[in-house]
Amino acid sequence: MSAWEVVIGLEIHSQLATKSKIFSGASTAYGAEPNTQACLVDLGYPGVLPVLNEEVVHMATMFGLAVNASVAQRSVFARKNYFYPDLPKGYQISQFELPIVEHGELFITDADGNEKRIGITRAHLEEDAGKSIHEGLGKSSGIDLNRTGTPLLEIVSEPDIRSAKEAVAYMRKIHTIVRYLGISDGNMQEGSFRCDANISVRPEGQEEFGTRAEIKNLNSFRFVEKAINYEIERQIELIEDGGEVVQETRLYDSDKDETRSMRSKEEANDYRYFPDPDLLPVEISADYIEAVRAELPELPDAKQHRFVDEYGVKNDDAAILTISRPVADYFEAAAKATQANAQTVANWVVGDLSGALNKDGLDIGESKVSAGELAGLLTRVHDHTISGKIAKQVFEAMWAGEGSADDVIEAKGLKQITDSSAIEAVVDKVIAANPGQVAEYKAGKEKLIGFFVGQVMKETQGQANPGQVNQILKTKLSG
Amino acid sequence: MTDLHKRTLSELAGGLEAGDFSSVELTQALLDRIGAHDETLNAFVTVTGDEALAAAERADAARAAGEGGALNGLPIVHKDIFCTEGVKTTCGSKMLDNFVSPYDATIVERMAAAGAVVLGKANMDEFAMGSSNETSFYGPVKNPWDLARSPGGSSGGSAAAVAARLAPAATATDTGGSIRQPAALTGTLGIKPTYGRVSRYGMIAFASSLDQAGVITRSAEDAARLLGVMAGFDERDSTSIDEPVPDYVGALGTSLDGLKVGVVRQHFDEGLDGDTGARTREAIAVLESLGAKAVEVDMPNIDLSVPTYYVVAPAECSSNLSRFDGVRFGYRAPDPEDLLDLYCRSRGEGFGDEVKRRIMTGTYVLSAGYYDAYYLKAQQVRHLIADDFKNAFEDVDVIAGPTTPTPAFRLGAKVDDPITMYLNDIYTIGANLGGFPALSVPCGFVKGLPVGLHLVGHHFDEATLLRCAHAYEQTTTWHTACPEAFE
Repeated sequence: MSAWEVVIGLEIHSQLATKSKIFSGASTAYGAEPNTQACLVDLGYPGVLPVLNEEVVHMATMFGLAVNASVAQRSVFARKNYFYPDLPKGYQISQFELPIVEHGELFITDADGNEKRIGITRAHLEEDAGKSIHEGLGKSSGIDLNRTGTPLLEIVSEPDIRSAKEAVAYMRKIHTIVRYLGISDGNMQEGSFRCDANISVRPEGQEEFGTRAEIKNLNSFRFVEKAINYEIERQIELIEDGGEVVQETRLYDSDKDETRSMRSKEEANDYRYFPDPDLLPVEISADYIEAVRAELPELPDAKQHRFVDEYGVKNDDAAILTISRPVADYFEAAAKATQANAQTVANWVVGDLSGALNKDGLDIGESKVSAGELAGLLTRVHDHTISGKIAKQVFEAMWAGEGSADDVIEAKGLKQITDSSAIEAVVDKVIAANPGQVAEYKAGKEKLIGFFVGQVMKETQGQANPGQVNQILKTKLSG
Repeated sequence: MTDLHKRTLSELAGGLEAGDFSSVELTQALLDRIGAHDETLNAFVTVTGDEALAAAERADAARAAGEGGALNGLPIVHKDIFCTEGVKTTCGSKMLDNFVSPYDATIVERMAAAGAVVLGKANMDEFAMGSSNETSFYGPVKNPWDLARSPGGSSGGSAAAVAARLAPAATATDTGGSIRQPAALTGTLGIKPTYGRVSRYGMIAFASSLDQAGVITRSAEDAARLLGVMAGFDERDSTSIDEPVPDYVGALGTSLDGLKVGVVRQHFDEGLDGDTGARTREAIAVLESLGAKAVEVDMPNIDLSVPTYYVVAPAECSSNLSRFDGVRFGYRAPDPEDLLDLYCRSRGEGFGDEVKRRIMTGTYVLSAGYYDAYYLKAQQVRHLIADDFKNAFEDVDVIAGPTTPTPAFRLGAKVDDPITMYLNDIYTIGANLGGFPALSVPCGFVKGLPVGLHLVGHHFDEATLLRCAHAYEQTTTWHTACPEAFE
């Protein structure tokens, strides 16, 4: 059996976070009563005309610059013609020959931990369609046109992706970027961020691509991974059994964890694209593009590198901290406000804080302990007022709303014992109480030091300064 | 006041201003005429008598209060391609026989704001596709000069209503001669402004890159008056152009001193009826007598206008008319079996033959494998044709020629021969392809039937066209001729 190489390209649809639609003034808010947010333009009434929402050009420009792409000074809207009840005009306004963004790239970490470039062929602006509703209407179908005309940025990757994991890493990266830029809320449950995956396999070493299948409308990272893996296996099995992959569109059924055929290439529409005569070409100046570049926020990759360089945070932690801008901002605010080591701050944000947020189902913006409060806590560890272990106890109390670190330490009497004579007294007591272990230690079983430290900490309810305890123990035991 | 219908819009404006009659009296007089003659002519799809009288009352009240816009109390007709809120807007099609528009087109809104009184909606070729008004679901319009003949199309209802003195003026649209050809064939003046000059919002699209709204009137001054109200940038139409609108009426004059008129060599070939050609040359001679200088111009690509148009226009229409699918508005076939059946029967039963022919042609030329050979090639030729005009305008101010190859033809004569029908627009289509303003002014008769002089101007230079036509009207009487049966 030969080895197979998987080739994947993704088309990500990211809804743009504008207030009104791409070609009309109707609201884009999600979840309204069906057909209450569709104006005459969205409904495709006779005589109405589209007018471009300039904000989408701004957003697409931001995206293009963020992925190191070229932003076209002239792009053209085209009509993609097909009949479907949720497409009121009988055509979708999209960009075809001249998209606004081309030749971009981004970098993911592959399975071997190496940085890998994924090319972005293009990103173009288009309008979303409505939704057909089939449940609960008997033999009829309903149509909700609220989503009609919602602006989308369709981001098309090169076929550079080689596994389901890479596909997820790429999609996550795009997800991070659009949210950093504030151009999409990235809400996958509401369909604001979804993708189609083009998948093919070929014998390793073969240059020619295999025949691809396209899986439509994947709306979670988990489904992307599962659907792609299912599809890879299906294609390999098919070929190894002497069959052939047919070019077709497939749907992923998450309940059954399988993909199934939706339509074949022969049944595919001829979309008869042509430039939309109702809209002028979008022309933007080089100055405009530069002005947008100047206002771009720091992007995740740059921030990650800066956290490593400037704060000395481990690269893996910096990667996690920069997945979302609010988390990165939280970290940075806390790191700046404390004398504690930034890696300690990172450990806390990635560890205890994330755990607490997850447990309560909160976003970082809703955290019960602010960045300043966490900084206060870590400063108290840093200045030896409390130990790291006690800090966890203090954090829990802070999370429960018992006040600042200092309030909690004061109220619970958790201040660390740093008085050498006090610690010495406890150490003496522990040594006296454990003659057997002392003998073993002295005979060379040095790892028993942990046992003695534990005993001292137990005696002091964890409040003794661990460094001092260690040092005093070592001195006394070697005496 | 038994002769109100004979007056031009400008004369009526003067009479209203002087208090010689009220808008209600005027409106009622014209409604009476419509009642008496329209069964014969079939120029109207809908007559909005009650709404018109109410609007006339408001106009009279406004005038009494010293208010009212530029068209206060003046009756007009809208081509049934313009959406009118609360009034049936059919576009001449069974597809929209039940369609009551929920909104007003921009020009409808602007004219209403200026005080215009709308008498009704004019019959037209279905979706403006036709040159004889015979494709209308509501039946052909008759030419007031000869009821056995076509008034031309697609704005045949607008032209016939104005020619028969049922209304002093009517709005119209022109995608490939649809204002100018019917104007010529009915002895009226029709102007198609520069593409982008008048908003297309609310005008049901046929071919978006060619469609332009204009008017049919009985004088250049009337057209100038109306255009001044209709024209101007509209933020709801991305293709409307933000260019200042000149005072068209103020620009009218009687002398054409220094005006250079280009006469297109290619327009006087074997396709042109001899008498029609003679009337055209006589008209050009009149322009020369008024001080203009005529020079021959060469437009090597102009002969490609018709084939180019019949690729571009159907391509756009095939897409524009996709929204008529029986789902949200318009005709819906009864008891569809499934979605495909709903689409196929609604469109199959709702559209007429000419519309279907163009949708199929357009679908074909945009199809994979044919796009480059047809649509793309046509777009390239379109640029060449526009360049022919631009080159000509380096030397001349207006281009003059015949509006149509022949006077009005008999109803039924060309129905089964679409190519011959299409050739009726051979002289007018070029202006649409290049987006240039153009008008047709009555220039005489051929065997008792009116023909028109066609004038094309440079982009945004409607004023020169109107000035030229106005000067011509001052020394000729063709535009005042009235068909005998409608005196």
